Amino acid sequence: MEHGNNKHITPYSTYLIVWVALLAFTSITVSVAGINLGNLTLFVALVIAAIKSAMVINIFMHIKFEEKIFKVFLLLSGMTLLVIFLLTFTDFSFR
Amino acid sequence: MSHNENSTASHVHRDDVGAKMGMWLFLFTEVLLFGGMFLVYAVYRFQNPMQFHLAGMELNTTVGTINTIILLTSSLTVALAITAIQKNNKFLSLVFLSVTLLFALMFMVNKYFEWTTKIEHGIYPGSEELLKKQNGEILFFGLYYIMTGLHGLHVIVGMVLLSLMFILILKNKITHDNFVKLENSGLYWHLVDLIWIFLFPLFYLIQ
Repeated sequence: MEHGNNKHITPYSTYLIVWVALLAFTSITVSVAGINLGNLTLFVALVIAAIKSAMVINIFMHIKFEEKIFKVFLLLSGMTLLVIFLLTFTDFSFR
Repeated sequence: MSHNENSTASHVHRDDVGAKMGMWLFLFTEVLLFGGMFLVYAVYRFQNPMQFHLAGMELNTTVGTINTIILLTSSLTVALAITAIQKNNKFLSLVFLSVTLLFALMFMVNKYFEWTTKIEHGIYPGSEELLKKQNGEILFFGLYYIMTGLHGLHVIVGMVLLSLMFILILKNKITHDNFVKLENSGLYWHLVDLIWIFLFPLFYLIQ
């Protein structure tokens, strides 16, 4: 009876906390970029970008509070992208 | 339909979950569109690490960082606009949307100055200056223009969408119990932010 109409309202404070965290990660990624970590630099930058994306998708884009089907969608498209990257790099490395 | 106005008013056929599913499916096609470009970027960077490094140094990290902060904050304000309308605070929602639009405009203004500076320095696709450089650098700048360009186009589309939502809220077409259009426009805006989250380190943070 309740589904559809009874919406989850995210409090203002939750969004503000996520925003502060996003800015914190941005400053981390900018300062880390200044340090020479060799091959790790790109890896660290991508990990931080992934953490930021997870926060945006879960809270800002509300996925955390959506029905299960949305999470299945997301997983499926994420996996598709991953497979495309893996296949391309496998092809590329064995040329 | 008029036997019980109160109950019929709240039972107008509407499928918010379906609308949102449609939006998410569309967003996945967008992810694949940009994903293809990120793939091209990844392969070329892997082939020309030093030249990508060299070319990346020429981009202005400060402008990139400022634009990152602007976009993240605009994502916050659009999320706040949805909470405001859910709490039936029309005025606050309009304020948050206006701030979002202002940030979007600031982003585009920065982008404009960034691009014109690069173009003044003779670096644009097919320019003599650029063609004198090594192949990897040419690829880097080609990708820089096409990827940030397509992203900028998305920012403009997002601005149009959010302006439309502003009008709909003003006209009471979007209300505290009917706001899926605002939610979907918000989703689009967050996607624009998401793509930037990856563009930023890949182009501006190669030191």
